[in-house]
Amino acid sequence: MKRWSVILAAIALSVALILAILELGPAGIDLRLPVAENMASSGVTHPVTAVLLNFRGYDTLLEVAVLLIALFGILAVGMEPLPSLVKPADPMLQRLARFACPLVIVAGVYLLWAGAFRPGGAFQAGALLAAAIVLLHLSGLWPGWGTPSWRQRLLLSGGFAVFLAVSVAMMGFGALLEYPQAYAGLLILLIESGLTLSLAAILAGLFLFLSRDTGGNP
Amino acid sequence: MINSSLVFTITGIVLFAMGAAAVIMMNNLLRRILAFNLMGSGIFLVLVGLAQRQDAVDPVPQAMVLTGIVVAVAATALALALVRKLHALSGRLDLPRRDNG
Repeated sequence: MKRWSVILAAIALSVALILAILELGPAGIDLRLPVAENMASSGVTHPVTAVLLNFRGYDTLLEVAVLLIALFGILAVGMEPLPSLVKPADPMLQRLARFACPLVIVAGVYLLWAGAFRPGGAFQAGALLAAAIVLLHLSGLWPGWGTPSWRQRLLLSGGFAVFLAVSVAMMGFGALLEYPQAYAGLLILLIESGLTLSLAAILAGLFLFLSRDTGGNP
Repeated sequence: MINSSLVFTITGIVLFAMGAAAVIMMNNLLRRILAFNLMGSGIFLVLVGLAQRQDAVDPVPQAMVLTGIVVAVAATALALALVRKLHALSGRLDLPRRDNG
């Protein structure tokens, strides 16, 4: 009874939303023109990167903070080491993982660099690097993480710290998170490089702190 | 008029409704987390679809979706950590049912 009423309600909701979408008028605020007009002063030439790192820098700063807080939450929940669920991988898989990782790292650095003028950027690059670490972990080449050492803590929080330091240092030139036009490209590259390393560590940490095992290297 | 923007938006709406129904119906917490992610993916698809409604693509919703994906990953990981702790402490993967008398 409850099941059917929920299904019927979901169908009614989607029909109502689709009808609303079909009747949708033009957007009340059109942000495309302001973005296109200010591209020259943003320091990069790709509009999504300009929005993320320059026009709406607050979003990105707080997003990195959310990631850090989620990681703190996972560490605070505290995990008992479980016996490793991942079976020791066969040598073929390990060989392939060893072969793939350098390629993934090259692709990640390229994505970071390409973010200034085409789709790419710190988040995609960080996700790739984190995927490389998770791949190594799953093939048994990289042990799960226990309590982070101070070096790991520095790496995890470094991207957020660099972002915050740059935006506070730029307060002298105007407002928070506002870059002087001449250095905007350089500052965005600095922030994105720091973010890439930190995001890779955080995203990999979300996985590796959770899959802490007693084993380590098989 | 059927164009790619409309296809993205309608698919997103259907995914959102499916996820919302599953969040209500499922008792297993892992399935609930999956359903919650499905809702989020539906919202991202709606945003991306609406961003390309006109000829030129609006970069602001795309940047918001990029932010949203990362936040969704963080929230999912935290939820999984809590579920794993619950499983370690009580050996169950669903919330205790409370009968409303």
